Amino acid sequence: MPTSIAPSGVVPTADHAVVVHQLVKRYGGRDVVDGLDLVARAGAVTAVLGPNGAGKTTTVECCEGLRTPDAGSVRVLGLDPVADARALRPRVGVMLQDGGLPTGARAGEVLRHVAAMYAAPRDTGELSERLGVDLFARTTVRRLSGGQRQRLALAAAVVGRPEVVFLDEPSAGMDPQSRHAVWELVRELRSDGVAVVLTTHLMDEAEDLADHVHVVDRGRLLASGTVHDLLTTEPDGDAGTLRFDTVAGLDLAPLTARLSTVTPDAATGWSAAEAEPGSYVVTGPADPRTLAELTAWLADHDVLAGRITVGRRTLEDVFLDLTGRHLR
Amino acid sequence: MSDTTTSAPPPAPGTAGAASPARRVTAQAGFETRTILRNGEQLLVTIVLPVLVLVGLARTSIIGLDTGGLPRIDFVTPGVLALACVTTAFTSQAIATAFDRRNGVLRLLATTPLGRSGLLAGKVLGVLAVEVVQVVVIGVTALLLGWQPHVAGIPAAVGAGLLGTAAFTALALLIAGTLRAEGVLAVANLLLVLLVVGGGLLVPPDQLPGPLAHLATFLPSGALGEAMRGALLGTGVPPLAVVVLAAWTALLAGATVRFFRWQ
Repeated sequence: MPTSIAPSGVVPTADHAVVVHQLVKRYGGRDVVDGLDLVARAGAVTAVLGPNGAGKTTTVECCEGLRTPDAGSVRVLGLDPVADARALRPRVGVMLQDGGLPTGARAGEVLRHVAAMYAAPRDTGELSERLGVDLFARTTVRRLSGGQRQRLALAAAVVGRPEVVFLDEPSAGMDPQSRHAVWELVRELRSDGVAVVLTTHLMDEAEDLADHVHVVDRGRLLASGTVHDLLTTEPDGDAGTLRFDTVAGLDLAPLTARLSTVTPDAATGWSAAEAEPGSYVVTGPADPRTLAELTAWLADHDVLAGRITVGRRTLEDVFLDLTGRHLR
Repeated sequence: MSDTTTSAPPPAPGTAGAASPARRVTAQAGFETRTILRNGEQLLVTIVLPVLVLVGLARTSIIGLDTGGLPRIDFVTPGVLALACVTTAFTSQAIATAFDRRNGVLRLLATTPLGRSGLLAGKVLGVLAVEVVQVVVIGVTALLLGWQPHVAGIPAAVGAGLLGTAAFTALALLIAGTLRAEGVLAVANLLLVLLVVGGGLLVPPDQLPGPLAHLATFLPSGALGEAMRGALLGTGVPPLAVVVLAAWTALLAGATVRFFRWQ
């Protein structure tokens, strides 16, 4: 077993609040997390992005001390989340995916109860108002909507003024207003110097909020960097996308071949995929001539595109390229 | 908050610190107690059921009991107190913990400064607090019905109650930490009924039919019932009952530590 806790290529420094190195976690003989490396800095939002079942939650639970790694190491604020749990608990805030809220108690009561675990917690009144928890403070948790529960769980995660916050799918089930309230609070935590680690499969959440994104799938780290890094990573550095909707089941190989003849000097080639039946994404060095070539190809097939858009790659494109387009 | 100026910048992250262990555990105990006493079903099983059983057994002769010449209320009340202990320490606690476990409450609280040991301590204190409420309600009802307890036996009864609470809380946590919540709901209620009918809580083991008499003597329910009766009737706590309860406590606590799953 490697004894160094530095993920390959990253030297942990004082502002690395979380360092996960070669983490392995197995359930029933299956590697749910399989040699994962991950770091998170203080004063930054780190997104762990991955499809369902990628191992995000298990990884975060190892950081929270709720699970013991089978191999590899996890350090939070330089400490072991399991062995040093007592020292870490007052410094780490946790929002679980399933909320973890007692269903029989009132919302305001739950928040005050969690606050009572700390010597000098945040003012629960102010925090409730920030997240709109005051609007349903007297409602029992059982009767709260999904978004209300999430906001209460977030309030409970930050009421102890943590230095590191783990948020597992924080805006799942939230309406747009709630999401913005949550995002605003997350940005404020960041500017206060808190290390915020959030798992998500929402691209816009990662794109709008994260300073650093780790793309995870099948228990491994696939890519890591700022959103900008990920969007401009070779070999698709100058890539644009052409999206169009038309009849399903077109053979795309002839299309990419034709587009390649239009851009023979480009450093990058063309790729095309039917993202959903009848909805196509073509990626490559897009320019006016390639758009003309695409419409000509459609004309040759005697099909009319319902919509054609030209744009840069999005985080979603990068994500789907890395994790595949098949359903799971 | 601050002793310098009211317009001081907000405290930095990481400055909240943990509350003292005593404060955390008391807060948890208070929270657990309020949750149980506010829940309709929990109140039904912990308060209403024992009081109904007390009144029913004291005022009617539906269940034939050989009281050995004692007034029925004197003979029945210790058993009802034993039953109350089982409803809170076992049935109510098993169901509450099972649903908290399913809903992730145990995991979330384990990440706060409370921790797992604080959570456990809070639960035990919460059980004891509910039991105090039960003893007051049942005791006052029994006194109104003419109960004359053997006052010198009260410390022994408290001791028996604590030992019974330990054994049945351990059993509650064992099934809550190993079965699905719906399964716990069924098992906890079914076991309560079985222990009431044939477990030696209300009816002394030696008055139970056939092999049940021998079995109930060695069940924690029979031992708790006999210890309560011995203490409050003034006949003395049978040493066998204490040994049986202590053995069950050790066995169940060991199994809980070994098999309890937090998620």
